[in-house]
Amino acid sequence: GLPETRTDTAMSELVPEPRPKPAVPMKPVSINSNLLGYIGIDTIIEQMRKKTMKTGFDFNIMVVGQSGLGKSTLVNTLFKSQVSRKASSWNREEKIPKTVEIKAIGHVIEEGGVKMKLTVIDTPGFGDQINNENCWEPIEKYINEQYEKFLKEEVNIARKKRIPDTRVHCCLYFISPTGHSLRPLDLEFMKHLSKVVNIIPVIAKADTMTLEEKSEFKQRVRKELEVNGIEFYPQKEFDEDLEDKTENDKIRQESMPFAVVGSDKEYQVNGKRVLGRKTPWGIIEVENLNHCEFALLRDFVIRTHLQDLKEVTHNIHYETYRAKRLNDNGGLPPGEGLLGTVLPPVPATPCPTAE
Amino acid sequence: MDKEYVGFAALPNQLHRKSVKKGFDFTLMVAGESGLGKSTLINSLFLTNLYEDRQVPEASARLTQTLTIERRGVEIEEGGVKVKLTLVDTPGFGDSVDCSDCWLPVVRFIEEQFEQYLRDESGLNRKNIQDSRVHCCLYFISPFGRGLRPLDVAFLRAVHEKVNIIPVIGKADALMPKETQALKQKIRDQLKEEEINIYQFPECDSDEDEDFKRQDAEMKGSIPFAVVGSCEVVRDGGTRPVRGRRYSWGTVEVENPQHCDFLNLRRMLVQTHLQDLKEVTHDLLYEGYRARCLQSLARPGARDRTSRSKLSRQSATEIPLPMLPLAETEKLIREKDEELRRMQEMLEKMQAQMQQSQAQGEQSDAL
Repeated sequence: GLPETRTDTAMSELVPEPRPKPAVPMKPVSINSNLLGYIGIDTIIEQMRKKTMKTGFDFNIMVVGQSGLGKSTLVNTLFKSQVSRKASSWNREEKIPKTVEIKAIGHVIEEGGVKMKLTVIDTPGFGDQINNENCWEPIEKYINEQYEKFLKEEVNIARKKRIPDTRVHCCLYFISPTGHSLRPLDLEFMKHLSKVVNIIPVIAKADTMTLEEKSEFKQRVRKELEVNGIEFYPQKEFDEDLEDKTENDKIRQESMPFAVVGSDKEYQVNGKRVLGRKTPWGIIEVENLNHCEFALLRDFVIRTHLQDLKEVTHNIHYETYRAKRLNDNGGLPPGEGLLGTVLPPVPATPCPTAE
Repeated sequence: MDKEYVGFAALPNQLHRKSVKKGFDFTLMVAGESGLGKSTLINSLFLTNLYEDRQVPEASARLTQTLTIERRGVEIEEGGVKVKLTLVDTPGFGDSVDCSDCWLPVVRFIEEQFEQYLRDESGLNRKNIQDSRVHCCLYFISPFGRGLRPLDVAFLRAVHEKVNIIPVIGKADALMPKETQALKQKIRDQLKEEEINIYQFPECDSDEDEDFKRQDAEMKGSIPFAVVGSCEVVRDGGTRPVRGRRYSWGTVEVENPQHCDFLNLRRMLVQTHLQDLKEVTHDLLYEGYRARCLQSLARPGARDRTSRSKLSRQSATEIPLPMLPLAETEKLIREKDEELRRMQEMLEKMQAQMQQSQAQGEQSDAL
């Protein structure tokens, strides 16, 4: 069914547990089966599912790219709700902000009994100025601030049952469909940020490229990213097993970056109502894989890798931040944090929540 | 013979024949961020392959690239008329992370052409002046943005009084018809707000027929032109081949007025206003430059004051207009003055001689 957006009170969530492998059933222990019969351990999966449904989960997605690349429209299309307010496109009073702003808006959407507290973090002003030097700094700062917030909660003596997770799980970076290659700003942003957050590059407004142009552009972009040592999500080094690796290799080497088109308008095509863009030469269907890769992006981010995005954020990016903070704090006078906030003195023993 | 028929009605034909023999010079500049389809459009407009061997540099190479000005010449002949077309390209514009002042080389280039012409015009051998002045600048605006970006505004304000600007929306097949209309209106509003003077297509003559007038008004109303370019010919199942772009959902036809304004642009630029663009460049823009240049020489003390007040009136941007190498022009003018004086002296001498010989002649006659 279509999700309804409900403005609920803030939902917090469990710190994610070590990753189970839900798809692969556990190999049955070879015990004499007539002795023991059916134990019922496999119902743990159902129990976890029920719990998740009850508590719901957080997902924080950031969108970065020059204005006009369809970021808000894409997010709205992804989550099939108006979760991102489009800057009124043709409003004369709306000016491009002089510095990059960070705007986080939360919504609760529900589907099939599962509640998701979705936060969309927009970054208006990125890449729009004449001089865009260091325009990624406010973004890096915001991401680190969320890690810091989480760290402070974790390090507390009396901790909350569920630490609210505002960390950025996924950053969609919008590449302009020039057809040539990446722009210097794209490289600079991704170089700086791929080490602190999961970056998923997407080619925006891909309806301006023919199939050949798309394929060539993607190849060039992939090569440029590789040459510059930029690891986008799913990062090669975090593939856990062969199964992951094969699946992710295919995505990394063939599908990404996803060439997407977004739309919030519906048209009638072959008797069906589809989301699309109507031009004098044809209708572009957003969810038609022959037209663009929106459906691939959606399945990737939401249907298959949502949990993994969160886990990599928690187990890798956050841990990296935490380790650095704990090391640095060792050099600073006790009680003072990097961001000028007062941290309780770090215990000598390793933190018990470390996975 | 008919007494009322003098015969100078044939003058246009004579002019025409002369210019056909001489050929036309036209310099067109294309500017805008990379990836907006500039080269493809030029190739489509002039049915050339000027950018065949182009190598597009990678992003990491462009990190430290400065803006360069490239010139390509091509001779096109059609119907016995030869056009020597010079294309001025500005690769690197708008690419860097920091694009501050990236338009200055372009402004300097345009002014250098004016300066060269001024020098040639003041020189002795004026028969074969090469006109390398930029007659028109096609400025490409991105269809992905929400109108003019800060960089667009900065560039346009720096050049609008030095070159004819025709704003163009590149890769217009990214937009649905309503979006195109909205974007065009937004751009028009912004141009007005920022007081940017684009090239004004002249009014039609009052004696033109209604059809022509309507077509003309329609064309003017579609500025900035939303264009799509293509050098590929597509054949759509049996119908005649057209230049276009084939997508999975349909084919964009470059020359279909329902799809984009390519035809309008081509008509206005090439078929009807090529000459007017040259005239405006010469009569208005160049004369303006020349007047400013000579005026600032004539009153050296007041120079700084006038140019400063001119600056505050012309552009609100902090960037000062690049100064001409006045010392050079000054020297040139002095040299010319010297020459004139010498020629004057010679004339006087010759006149004196003539008078003398005349007087002598009279004397001898009288005798």
